Amino acid sequence: MVGTPASSSPVASGSLVAVMVEDDPQIRRFVRLALEAEGWQVYVAETLRQGLTDCATRKPNLVIADLGLPDGDGVDLVRDVRGWSTVPIIVLSARADEQQKIAALDAGADDYLTKPFGVAELLARVRAHVRRSQQNDEPDNVRFAFGDVQVDLAARTIERSGGSVRLTPIEYRLLTTLISNAGRVVTQRQLLTEVWGPGYVERSHYLRIHMGHLRHKLERDPTQPEHLLTELGVGYRFKV
Amino acid sequence: MADTYPPQRPDPDALLAQINEDAISATRGKLRIYFGASAGVGKTYAMLTAARKAKLEEVDVVIGVVETHGRSETAALLDGLELLPLRQVQYRDRTLHEFDLDAALSRKPQLLLVDELAHSNIDGSRHPKRWQDIEEVLSAGIDVWTALNVQHLESLNDIVGGITQVRVMETVPDHVFDHADAVVLIDIPADELLKRLKAGKVYFAEQAERAARSFFRKGNLMALREIALRRTADRVEDDVQTYRDAESINKVWKTEAGILACIGPTPNSEQVVRSAARLANQLNVSWHAVYVETPALQRLPAAEREAILSVLKLAEDLQANSAVLANASPAEALVAYTSEHNLSRFVLGTSTRSRGWWISLMFWRNRKSLSEQVGELAPDLDRIHVGRSKDHSTRPLAKLFSGSEGSNTEAQQVTWSSRWMRYVWTLVGCAVTAALCFPISSVVELSNVAMVFLLGVVLIAMRFGRAPAALAAVLNVLAFDFFFVAPRFSFAISDVQYLLTFAIMLVVGLITGNLTAGLRFQARIAANREKRVHTLFNLSRDLSSALQIEQVISASTEVLTRTFGHDVALVLPDSAERLHLPTQQVGQKAIDIDIAQWAFDHETEAGYGTDTLPSSHYRYVLLKAPVRLRGVLAIRPANARWLHIPEQRRYIETFASLIAIALERVHFVQVAQSMLVNVESERLRNSLLAALSHDLRTPLTALVGLTESLTSEKSSADGMHQELADEIRTSALRMHTMVNNLLDMARLQSGEVHLRKDWQSIEEVVGGAIRSLQPILKGRAIEVQLPDDLPLIEIDAVLIERVFANLLENATKYTPDNSPIEVSAAARTDWLTVSVADRGPGLPVRDGTTLFDKFTRGEQESAKPGVGLGLSICRAIVEAHGGKIRASQRDGGGAVFSFDLPATPIASIAGETQSAALVQT
Repeated sequence: MVGTPASSSPVASGSLVAVMVEDDPQIRRFVRLALEAEGWQVYVAETLRQGLTDCATRKPNLVIADLGLPDGDGVDLVRDVRGWSTVPIIVLSARADEQQKIAALDAGADDYLTKPFGVAELLARVRAHVRRSQQNDEPDNVRFAFGDVQVDLAARTIERSGGSVRLTPIEYRLLTTLISNAGRVVTQRQLLTEVWGPGYVERSHYLRIHMGHLRHKLERDPTQPEHLLTELGVGYRFKV
Repeated sequence: MADTYPPQRPDPDALLAQINEDAISATRGKLRIYFGASAGVGKTYAMLTAARKAKLEEVDVVIGVVETHGRSETAALLDGLELLPLRQVQYRDRTLHEFDLDAALSRKPQLLLVDELAHSNIDGSRHPKRWQDIEEVLSAGIDVWTALNVQHLESLNDIVGGITQVRVMETVPDHVFDHADAVVLIDIPADELLKRLKAGKVYFAEQAERAARSFFRKGNLMALREIALRRTADRVEDDVQTYRDAESINKVWKTEAGILACIGPTPNSEQVVRSAARLANQLNVSWHAVYVETPALQRLPAAEREAILSVLKLAEDLQANSAVLANASPAEALVAYTSEHNLSRFVLGTSTRSRGWWISLMFWRNRKSLSEQVGELAPDLDRIHVGRSKDHSTRPLAKLFSGSEGSNTEAQQVTWSSRWMRYVWTLVGCAVTAALCFPISSVVELSNVAMVFLLGVVLIAMRFGRAPAALAAVLNVLAFDFFFVAPRFSFAISDVQYLLTFAIMLVVGLITGNLTAGLRFQARIAANREKRVHTLFNLSRDLSSALQIEQVISASTEVLTRTFGHDVALVLPDSAERLHLPTQQVGQKAIDIDIAQWAFDHETEAGYGTDTLPSSHYRYVLLKAPVRLRGVLAIRPANARWLHIPEQRRYIETFASLIAIALERVHFVQVAQSMLVNVESERLRNSLLAALSHDLRTPLTALVGLTESLTSEKSSADGMHQELADEIRTSALRMHTMVNNLLDMARLQSGEVHLRKDWQSIEEVVGGAIRSLQPILKGRAIEVQLPDDLPLIEIDAVLIERVFANLLENATKYTPDNSPIEVSAAARTDWLTVSVADRGPGLPVRDGTTLFDKFTRGEQESAKPGVGLGLSICRAIVEAHGGKIRASQRDGGGAVFSFDLPATPIASIAGETQSAALVQT
């Protein structure tokens, strides 16, 4: 079966292309409806094989993949696509499968949505990732702002509501790692490897303590953070 | 790591190790010794006075045993203190009273008073000495106060004996004194003591009266007082050192080169050992005691060998590392040993044995004393000679082999008869040589006949050793002269130059005989070693192929029985740490499981030749594997002496550790197998639940998504459609919550809950729960109050988030929309308590615990949605973490749900913010 453009209306050239791999027709349907309302051209695939073919031939700007597919594991699809493309990948999964989510994220997925999810949530994530992938093409921005915090990556200074904030080297490295992955979910393993080194993947307590410090310095309410978010059991997400 | 943590900050892992170490030492009781120069200085009195004071401070004091010696003022102090009844023991139709160790352990007071540390228990007690009883009491976590006189200290025993002419038999090893947590010196001047003596305030047993009178001379008392003061001063200095060491995390190790004490057949070996021990103690270095067994020493009578072994045992009691080396040249063996073990001082005794001149002539190097030989081989070693005391009444060391005298004499008879047989065979050999020479003497030159005689000497030396070779050399020279040198059949000689022939024949015979015998000795040692290595190899090969406990048992008992020739059994623990004989061994051995259990519980060897129940026939050796103790090896060797030779003991220990490692390996194989089964069944369960959850959630996801699509198509939906679509969506979400709860419950109840524990901060988990509840909270604020120094806790974050989510959801559901909900947490030593409190109507039932039962709801038939699973899920999750959950009415209205989670300490790395270099410049 060949993926077909779902909408019969002519699509303007240069519009964004999404590939969706999902075996449930109802979910396929409402996701497609939502994306098309935003001006996307959506190709749907029911199986892993079909999804891979579509990803290779349609040059998508976004891939949405269910982790439980009839002919294989969505994690394999993520790994395969990541082998030759930097396209944003969002995976769909059930709540209790933290390990599967981590596997998908470690394989290269950018984000996950837990079923059941709403249209608004889906579109918000999609916009964030598309913006991020387009920004990647632009020259690096040395100034970065979120909430009331200003980060100057060139001067290595951080200001919050006008006053300067002092960070330790580890905290700074943690923050910049999260900023460079803004919007993405970064797993605990990825963070520990990036900030501390490959020998520290088991020392999750380092991460908890330093993340706590960072939140106390940069968040308005550290218990209910707005930017340095915890994806419990999975990792962290930096939200602008 | 260096850029993360500057060197001045302790490594978190090192801190964790330190905490564990402190925890171990904290569980042991503290020992306080009241120390005095002699009897009568008032140790017991001081101890009891202090005990009364402690009692007033509400310390749980019990008196284990106290000797008041009928003194009324001391007895008066006992008033009001709890006395432990003494154990009554029948001994040779007399009833004796002993300190009751088991009663003390089961009473378990805070502080126990046990007088007379040096006391020896009567035969058949668990430990031969009272200080060993006290060790056991201390390891049970009970503090002990006791009293000790200076003359009872092992290393000072001979010095005090020399001064007072009275040697006491009851001694206490110095390490007990040195490792005591506190030493209180009770000191009074000699005159004062003599005054008290005259006033009859010092008590003696009737029979000891006369001896005691001569003991209590003023000169003696002054000398004793000086020794006691010096010893206490030494100890105080050690305390200072230990304190300094404890202040820094890096311990100061004994780096200085140690001391070697040579034990030999000299009568002052015992003094050598004591001197070396004292010296090592003063210099604070380690020391070794070594006995080199030469061919000559091997031929010593059994009694002398036993004496040497008992000196070796004494050295071990004085904390020496002991070894028996076998080498024909003691000096070489000792020098090699010193360089191997980094020893720089050499302590040896003076020999009294003078060798025959002819031996000296032949072995010229042996003319020099051992000390001189060592000096030549290693000029950099310090040699210290210990003099011999003129006093020959030195106390004989306790006999080691009381239980095995019968077998010893028997063995001795065997060696004696075989010794005589060697000489008989030598005579026969000489006769045969002479007979053989008769027929050939007519055909060959006389000089060739002499060669045949020399050959005879060599053969005899090879077969029977040194002394028969010497005998053969002499006999052959005589036979050669008598039978072959003209005039034949007379000892007279015609030619004087035959005298030279005889002399050369004799010397050559003696030297070759001696060399051959030496070779034979070396060969025997090598063969013995090879045999041992071979046995070890066989055992390790058999053990490495064993896959079951039974195979390990049969392989090891077979090899051990073959090697040591007697009863051997493995005693292994069951899951409840109770030892029992494996079924295949039951019934054939008379092994005392209680002793084995004691050894296992205390991680100390017991039975024959040890400090615990030495009257037992078996020795109970620990099977120590890298991870833990795996059981006990009970062994009853063919020769009792055997267990006192350090080499043999090490040999057994090697066996034991081989067996232990095999047992551990088998254990882990079994663990891995059962783990595999568990993992497999868990995988099955998980995939079933995952499929169920996927199938249930997919339509719900579609429902939620599609209704949202409906409402977003603004043009096609009027107000009512919008409302209906919202209703469908809310119902679908509610349905989803219920599905979640049912699936959670199924997961938690379908067998062992598998927790994915990790170090988590409560702050993050609460934050996560609040974020996931946003749709339900609808903007309702939740007040979170967490202390800044809340420690991390090892939990399954996803499950604990469910607990928070369920509690918060309940709180929103059952309380008015504008009332506050508060989350707070507090850490105590090993628990972390988290509470979710509201200001709603409070609990609907009096007893909060029933709320946590399955399908229990606060309001019957209420319009509020839910099936009453939320709280029972909370309870299941908290209990899976080893915690407790409860609900109660809140003071001032409302309800509080709180749960405790066990918190283990983790090395904190907080504080980095203060000290690390900052980014900002």
